[in-house]
This record gives sequence, structure tokens and C-alpha cells, in this order.
Amino acid sequence: MSLTEKEVRYVAELAHLKLTEGEVREFLPQLDSVLEYMAKLNELDIKDVEPMAQVLAQGSADFAMRLDSARKTFSPDEALSNAPERGDDLFKVPRVIDRE
Amino acid sequence: MDLTTLALTEIRDLLRRKKASAAELVRAYLERIERVDQDVRSYLTLSPERALAQALHVDQAIAAGESLGPLAGVPTAVKDVILTRGVRTTCGSKMLERFIAPYDATAVVRLEAAGACVLGKTNCDEFAMGSSTENSGFHPTRNPHDLTRVPGGSSGGSAAAVAANLSAVSLGSDTGGSIRQPASFCGVVGMMGTYGRVSRFGLVAFASSLDHIGPFGRSVRDVAAVLKVIAGRDPNDSTSAEAAVPDYEAEIEKDVTGLRVGVPCEYFAGLAPEIGGNIQEGIDLLQKLGCRIVSVSLPHTNYAIACYYIIATAEASSNLARYDGVRYGLRAREYCDLREMYEKTRDAGFGAEVKRRIMLGTYVLSSGYYDAYYLKAQKVRSLLARDFTEAFKDVDVIVTPTSPVPAFKIGERANDPLQMYLADIYTVTADLVGIPGISVPCGRTQGDAAHGELSLPVGMQLFGRHFDESRLLRVAYAFEKAGGFGIS
Repeated sequence: MSLTEKEVRYVAELAHLKLTEGEVREFLPQLDSVLEYMAKLNELDIKDVEPMAQVLAQGSADFAMRLDSARKTFSPDEALSNAPERGDDLFKVPRVIDRE
Repeated sequence: MDLTTLALTEIRDLLRRKKASAAELVRAYLERIERVDQDVRSYLTLSPERALAQALHVDQAIAAGESLGPLAGVPTAVKDVILTRGVRTTCGSKMLERFIAPYDATAVVRLEAAGACVLGKTNCDEFAMGSSTENSGFHPTRNPHDLTRVPGGSSGGSAAAVAANLSAVSLGSDTGGSIRQPASFCGVVGMMGTYGRVSRFGLVAFASSLDHIGPFGRSVRDVAAVLKVIAGRDPNDSTSAEAAVPDYEAEIEKDVTGLRVGVPCEYFAGLAPEIGGNIQEGIDLLQKLGCRIVSVSLPHTNYAIACYYIIATAEASSNLARYDGVRYGLRAREYCDLREMYEKTRDAGFGAEVKRRIMLGTYVLSSGYYDAYYLKAQKVRSLLARDFTEAFKDVDVIVTPTSPVPAFKIGERANDPLQMYLADIYTVTADLVGIPGISVPCGRTQGDAAHGELSLPVGMQLFGRHFDESRLLRVAYAFEKAGGFGIS
């Protein structure tokens, strides 16, 4: 096993996941076996291969472009209709900056 | 007459001759759902008001002698990762248990504009991550052919609904096989068009460079009819393609004589005989129909799963960062600061498989590992694409099994993620390369009556060139007409 519990906790922190000790112990061997399987790609010589980010990248380059014109979109009420907490036309979150 | 077993052409005919109304059709389906879905559990949410309102609309158009849309009155189910305005969309996740989308996905807009009646939203693996629908945050769906087995996944609810006559057709989504694999497990037809063929607007993002919306149906013609309606450029999805959409229902009638069908050796090595035997018979049938069978090689096939699970989890970890309890979805009840709100929300809202994939994706993108995993996977993706470019110089379509195994038992693979991932071996490559794929029924396994093993559906998969869905559907239709679905 090459993955460590410390790494699992570090990655969880990056991903804003709070894992229990039980989850860390459960995930460690599972993630490790998948990562080990992924290392299979090392068998290939890919030095001179171009990375492929998008299937359609080789198609016409400009079809993703459109005029930057104003369009009708959601009203504030629609945009906030699923908000866990709202105040007037705003999403409410816990205080981020202390007033000192 | 049982209205819930009709093909789309029969529904059209019935409505035009006023032998049944759209409202009667919808009611027949809702009644059957009431009776049967407590066993199958394909739906998460029903939308009877919406379906009946649309049916009345269709019936009024018929009474007024107006021309009908191609899907007029067709009872349809929609996978719960596709947004429906005013009807909750959960993605099979506790995170979105009460989420009501403020808009419809383009595919749903197009279905309803064509007259389809949306019966409800179907169960799936959470955020479409899984191959069995066991990862649903609510309940598993059962395979209508054997209720102790999974329907496949992630679009298990949509496949099971069509198989059990709980909807005439349905929409699913495919990122690594999530339409084709459940279609094969449930004995129905499932298709994914070329990447960009169908707009992704309103499809909740899992892995954006791999996600597709596509149809399920009980026949190739039904699937062709739905694909025709949902395909085409959408200004709301910058990756949707401009390519003209052929009339697939007309295209399927064309002759298949002389078409070159490629058989890639890599997809048959080590294949269990209970699947391989059926697929070989299927290939023999295609040959009898006048197709030329040609051996081809897709040499990088063995690297597809590793490549796929790097790219898919990387994209997922980025896409799922949006579930933070701020704008929609779950927010944890108690927290002392923003950071804790994020963490507690994500801890409570996501299931184990989603967390695992976010972890994997975050790991492969993290500082120091990006080149070793993500960049390498993108390069291997190029090699996989090259394999197909080469093969399609010699053949028109490629035939493979859809899945190395038939439907497995509920719970059998749930605790071994790597084994579950390896079950996607024949489907992930088409998503990585962006080519269209279809799974059609190809007979059933023998079963073993002495040990209570029921006979289970087997699926045959066809791949085509980019934007060549017509030829795929044509071969699939010829296969169906010649009795291929009932082989062996």
C-alpha cells in the first residue's frame, strides 16, 4: 500500500469533505487499489502524444462562440427559490469577516 | 387492449384513429406504475398532473384536427439527473432531496414540444456514479427480469421502467456506459449519440467532457424516434453540434448489405461463454443479413478503464464542488463558520461512492500528481481516439458485447469499487472518444433452473463513427427485424 492515512485526510481537506476515522480506514485500501490500477498507464510510451481535453476540439474552432448579448434570465425570486437561507435578494451564509 | 405494451407507431396510429386518447394512455401507465413499481422501484418522483395536462393538450389537438408531434401522447420517464421545471430533481442524492429546478433541460423541452407526456423521474446511482443503481441515496431499483438482481446503472430506473412497461420510452444519461449497460441488463435498447449530438443543457454535470443524454426504448424504431426529437444544436450548450439531424426513422429502413462490421479481438479475450456465445450468434446473424464481418484491433482497450476513472473523477471533483450548502440543496443544520458549513453539508449530503470519486478526482488533480495521472490520462485518451480512427478506415460499425456479465445480484459487488469499475470495460471507451454507441438485446443466458438461476438478458453493443448514428441504428434495426433480440 502506497497511500497513507495522512494523504487521505489531506485530500479530504482539499475537497471540503470531513471524513470520520471509520471512513478514512474504509477508503484507504479502496482508493489505494484504484490508484494502483491507474498506474497501469505507466506501461505506455506517451512522450510525444498530444493530450486530448475535448472530443470536439478538432472540429470547427468557432462554433462555441456567440454574440455577447443580453438575454432574459431568472428573476431574483427564481434564482433564490432553492436557497437554504436568503435575505431579500441575497444568499445568506455564515459571517466570513469579523467586524473589529 | 394493454396500452402499456404499445410501440410508438402503434400509439400514433391509435391516437390518429381515435381508438384511444392520450389521457387514457397516461392513466393506463400510471395505474400500472401503482401496481408494479412497488416491486421494481424505478421511479423516485411521479408527475401525474404534468403528464395528464400534456395528454389533455394532445387530445385537444386531435379533436381540433391539428397535426400531432412525433411523440404525441407518448408516456415517458426521465432520469432524475435531468432537470424538470417545478418537479423535484434529486440526482439520486440526499444533497438535492428537495431541489426543484427553475428550468427544464433542453431534451425535456424538446420531448414535450413533440407531445411526450412526462410520467416522472427515475432512480439512478447518486449523481450518475455507479453501475448498479445501488448507490442511489434513496433505494435500489430491481431488475424486472429477476427482482433479486440489479438493473445496471447508473440509469437503472430508466432502463427498468421501459423493460417493465412502466414507461413507453425514457431518457437516461451516459458518462461511462450508464445508458448502454442498464439497457443490456434489462433487455431493452439504449443509445448514446455522438458527444454533442444531444444538448447537455439541464443535465446535472458529472464529467462534462463525457456526459451525454440519450434514449431507452423497447425497439430500435422507438429509440430512433426519440433521438430525432432530442438531437440538434442548442445555443444553451456550447458543445452541442451544428451537424444536421437526419430523419432516423427513415434511415433505419435502408439496406445493410455490404456494410463492413468490425469485430475487435480485444473485446472478446477472456469473455465468459454465456455472453460470448450469444454475441457470436449475433455476429453470424449480421453476416447472414449481408454485412461483411472484418477483424479489427483496438490495441489500447486495456487502458480505457484506468484512463476513464482518472478523467471522470477529476471532472467530477470539480463539478461537485458546487454543492456547498450556499445556493441550493442541503445545508447542514449546525456549524460555527463557513468552512464547517461546507464540510458538514458535504458530509451529510453525499454518499460513500460520491465521496470516493471526489477523493480520487481531487487526488489526481492535486499538486504533484497532475502530470502523473490527469495529463497522462488525457494523452491515453488521444491514443484511444486514434485506435478508432484507424479501425473506422476499414469498417462502418464495430460490434462488441455491452457488458462482460449479465445482471448481478443486489449487494454482490457493492463493497469492492474496483470490481464495480471493471464491469464498465466495454462501454467507457466510446464516451472517452465521443463516438455513438447503442446496446440492443441479443438473447438471454441459459439460466440454471436447478439452482434457481433465472435466464437473463444479454446485450450486444454497436459503435459508429462520429455523427453516424444513422448507420448504427440501421444495423440495429436490421438485426432486430431478423430476430436478433430473441437469439439462442
